[in-house]
Amino acid sequence: MMTQSLLLTIALAPLLGSIIAGLLGKQVGKVGAHRVAIAGVGISFALSVWVLKLVAIDGESYNQQVYQWLQAGSLSLEVGFMVDALTAMMMVVVTFVSLMVHIYTIGYMHDDEGYARFFSYISLFTFSMLMLVMANNFMQLFFGWEAVGLVSYLLIGFWYKKPTAIYANLKAFLVNRVGDFGFLLGIAGVLMYAGSLDYVEVFAQAPTIAGQTMSIFSGYDWSVMSVICILLFIGAMGKSAQVPLHVWLPDSMEGPTPISALIHAATMVTAGIFMVTRMSPMFEFSETALSFVLVIGAITALFMGFLGLIQNDIKRVVAYSTLSQLGYMTVALGASAYAAGVFHLMTHAFFKALLFLGAGSVIIAMHHEQDIRKMGGLKKYMPITYWTGLIGSLALIGFPGFAGFFSKDSIIEAVHASDIAGSGFAYFSVVIGVFITALYSFRLFFMVFHGKERFDTHGGHAPHESPAVVTVPLILLAIPSVIAGFLIGNMVFGDFFGSSIFVLPQHDVLAHHAENYHGIMGFVWHGLQALPFWLAISGVATAYYLYMMKPDIPARLQQRFQLLYRVLENKYGFDDFNQKVFAGGSRFIGQMLWRVGDRVIIDGAVVNGTARMVGLASRLMRHVQSGYLYHYAFAMILGVLLLLTFFVA
Amino acid sequence: MFADFPLLSLIIWLPVIGGVGVLLNGDNNPWARPLSLLISVLTLLAALGLYIGFDTTTHQMQFVEMAPWISSYNINYYLGIDGFSLPLIILTAFSTVIVVIAGWQVIEHRTSQYMAAFLIMEGLMIAVFAALDAILFYVFFEAMLIPLFLVIGIWGGPNRVYATIKFFLYTLFGSVFLLLALLYLHHVAGSFSILDYQQVSLSLQEQTWLFFAFLIAFAVKVPMWPVHTWLPDAHVEAPTGGSVILAAITLKIGGYGLLRFALPIAPDASMAMDYFVISLSLIAVVYIGFVALVQSDLKKLIAYSSIAHMGFVTLGFFIVFRIFAQSATGSGAVLAVEGAMIQMISHGFIAAAMFLCVGVLYDRMHTREIAAYGGVVNTMPVFAGFAVFFAMANAGLPGTSGFVGEFMVILAAFQANFWFAFLAATTLILGAAYTLWMVKRVIFGEVANDNVAQLTDINNREFIMLASLALIVLVIGLYPAPITEVMHASVEHLLTQVSQSKL
Repeated sequence: MMTQSLLLTIALAPLLGSIIAGLLGKQVGKVGAHRVAIAGVGISFALSVWVLKLVAIDGESYNQQVYQWLQAGSLSLEVGFMVDALTAMMMVVVTFVSLMVHIYTIGYMHDDEGYARFFSYISLFTFSMLMLVMANNFMQLFFGWEAVGLVSYLLIGFWYKKPTAIYANLKAFLVNRVGDFGFLLGIAGVLMYAGSLDYVEVFAQAPTIAGQTMSIFSGYDWSVMSVICILLFIGAMGKSAQVPLHVWLPDSMEGPTPISALIHAATMVTAGIFMVTRMSPMFEFSETALSFVLVIGAITALFMGFLGLIQNDIKRVVAYSTLSQLGYMTVALGASAYAAGVFHLMTHAFFKALLFLGAGSVIIAMHHEQDIRKMGGLKKYMPITYWTGLIGSLALIGFPGFAGFFSKDSIIEAVHASDIAGSGFAYFSVVIGVFITALYSFRLFFMVFHGKERFDTHGGHAPHESPAVVTVPLILLAIPSVIAGFLIGNMVFGDFFGSSIFVLPQHDVLAHHAENYHGIMGFVWHGLQALPFWLAISGVATAYYLYMMKPDIPARLQQRFQLLYRVLENKYGFDDFNQKVFAGGSRFIGQMLWRVGDRVIIDGAVVNGTARMVGLASRLMRHVQSGYLYHYAFAMILGVLLLLTFFVA
Repeated sequence: MFADFPLLSLIIWLPVIGGVGVLLNGDNNPWARPLSLLISVLTLLAALGLYIGFDTTTHQMQFVEMAPWISSYNINYYLGIDGFSLPLIILTAFSTVIVVIAGWQVIEHRTSQYMAAFLIMEGLMIAVFAALDAILFYVFFEAMLIPLFLVIGIWGGPNRVYATIKFFLYTLFGSVFLLLALLYLHHVAGSFSILDYQQVSLSLQEQTWLFFAFLIAFAVKVPMWPVHTWLPDAHVEAPTGGSVILAAITLKIGGYGLLRFALPIAPDASMAMDYFVISLSLIAVVYIGFVALVQSDLKKLIAYSSIAHMGFVTLGFFIVFRIFAQSATGSGAVLAVEGAMIQMISHGFIAAAMFLCVGVLYDRMHTREIAAYGGVVNTMPVFAGFAVFFAMANAGLPGTSGFVGEFMVILAAFQANFWFAFLAATTLILGAAYTLWMVKRVIFGEVANDNVAQLTDINNREFIMLASLALIVLVIGLYPAPITEVMHASVEHLLTQVSQSKL
């Protein structure tokens, strides 16, 4: 039975671990810190699996208040848990990846002086993420939402001496705050029109709200639901790094690799996808918002993929791939194929965490060299990293049979069937994206593991495979990267999600495919004959041809298409634009308001001006106080005459 | 049992008389510090007694004390508290304890006088929140400034005279109008009781004059844009304890005055002028947010941040009329006023903590220039933890008290007008930008210079001071219900008052 104490234990065990590792790090020592943190997350994971069983097999669900946070008038804001299929799946994904990352960290951060602090942060992250996915209301959702942002800030800037790290974490926080700005306004809109922040109450009112209009610019009536949903989605754009709020994610790679896997690939960045899915009862009533979501997702999926082609930092290639895959998930949401989006979220969490941790394993072997031009031929030195990396890459490009194939194919098919505005462009983007994904993934893979050995051996020591604390998580993540796709029958075409996802009949693009779905083998067979498969294969082949057989071609392409290359290298100019216009502009406005507004006008003219006027008046008055008797006598006579004139005449 | 015990008088006069006692004991008395601490802690305990004995079900004044003071003019020693004054009194008592601890080692000359000034100021400020007679209020309202001027003027920085005079002229300018308004109301109401003032009928013209008199007096204290420029100067010159009290309590007297006088006495004028006050509040949030971004002095930055945060207080108070106009249900208006109150209390703790953090750095490095710092985390890791925590609270992170008030006011503002919420919510970006950019330049990075390399981490005294503030900021953020609970009845009553026309 699902009880409050069970759910509280799941959420609070990592928090307790975090507090002990963080505040008592010195007392418990390194081993104590990682033991207590891993124990906390381990308990969470085990109990989350139990919760998933209760939901999926026994058909239970849960929605209860834990305590009342605040009451204002008739409005009650609460902290509470809601657990249904969507939540249970997220809980398992989050705690599983987190547990793997915790174990991996023992090896990766072994010699770091901030060892206990790191464990404290990643456990705190797990707590925050669980609060986010288990929330039963918007207030707590926002708490979790910002709390994961805080931990992301702390972890990107974990190596606080690195100027690039503390630049990146400030940038990440501020860009996320731009998203949260929209998100908070969306929540305020929800409260105004639904009169509550409780999910169930709000969703029940969604059909009524859908008919209402509001006027933001006088004269134009906008659909309330479209305004609210787009505002909420702006929050998702920040957290899930959709164009143009994607700029923080590549820079977040400044943080240690385990958190790139956990936070900036597998879990936190998918919070936006989760949120929109959770809000499906609202988004369904606004085709405008869905179109907006679809187009933003498509732009991200395609254009961020291009950037992955020219990066040479192993983590940045994977980071751009994450951006592109998040775009795929967003496209699925826009096409109302929420189940497919969340399914891709799950498979992606496994294989992307695997790829990042694999990249970390390579980075350890390379003595913290991250440039793939200085790697190559690592296959024979690092067999486990190699094979798990191959599995991850095949899953990423959607090779039939691997997890990513099932989830990505169902997204592509869903977009194909969708007929809302923008779906044509989105279909084009996700199909071309398959080729791009295969190209950059295997460019990376070949350059790291095959070909000539281009690395510096650091005095004759050959690179070697990482220790078991690193390789065991790789293996454990490789397993679901293969088999998680087999759940497609239940999760995408079945009724696993049940009532936790709401789709209007006219948007139900997955229903049609569900009718034609006849088991995994049929799906794979169908996939082998479809366009995306051949695009993926040609992507891999192109990568092999360009980077293994004719390595001089990329350089010549770069020469030939310099302008294009420059555009890609500058990441379409987003960073420069933000730096000049937003950062520079704000400082300029601040200087003007301060120096002119505060100092010259208010202080200079008004305040000190008043003081000067008083000073001037008193200097004039001083002449009156001359001390000469005849001056005073004259003044008195003048006064008497004036009074007489006034009263008598 | 203690129904007739004059608890409020005790809380007011214990620190005043105690302060005088500390003062009279001479300046080299080693007992000055522990005695001051004892007095401030006892006052805090007595103030918590108010909370325990407080009846949350009524808006009527509680712990009422009434005695004739100047009977020929019918001026009374008339005290009482409701849900608005109670949290502010506890905040005052708590802040004084912190200030005493903060000045423990730092104030080396005239220690007794320093401690005495804060104790006397504590009693006077609590009296401001408890006074129900207009003249009594006015006397305390003016008297509490004297110790504050002395604190800045004696223990302040090099430019303290300019700052003190600027502060004095600004507030004097406001007080004159306040006195005129209070006297006029006596003429109409026939008594000096503030509660009677709230009952009288007034024409719109009378209300408008009174409204502007109150607005000028209290806007200077809040401070609202554009009468805010005294605050950065005063903060920069004030010693740490002075800054703490200035930020934590003095500004709140402005917000409290609007709540106690302007809104209930002149509701129709308040409604007619609400767009004016809302505009000034939103300018404070946005304009001051940008100004804070470019400050190079730590204290100025926090002072500007205070002004921006106080913008939420005045915004919350004055959007209620628009919310009434938009919807019949009142929960939006309750959210606005309670949010503004929470914002005042939370700001009291967070701003105090921020100024204390600056004080900790200033005591070691004797500079407030951001550029003089960098990489403080390397030598002061514990301090850095607190600094980042309070910075996050200042940036309104959920789970800290800084979030609660802003969240409530933004939610309510949306119900008044989309653009109010839009502009108010820019604080999410601006507040984070100026606070965390400062953190980046001061706390993070490589050790910037030799002075930073020689810093020593906070001692036990500083740890206790910062930890107790951090705990409160966290508890209010996670569980604000106990604070709003004491306000409900008073807020409902206020909203009834402002929604009934006096014409």
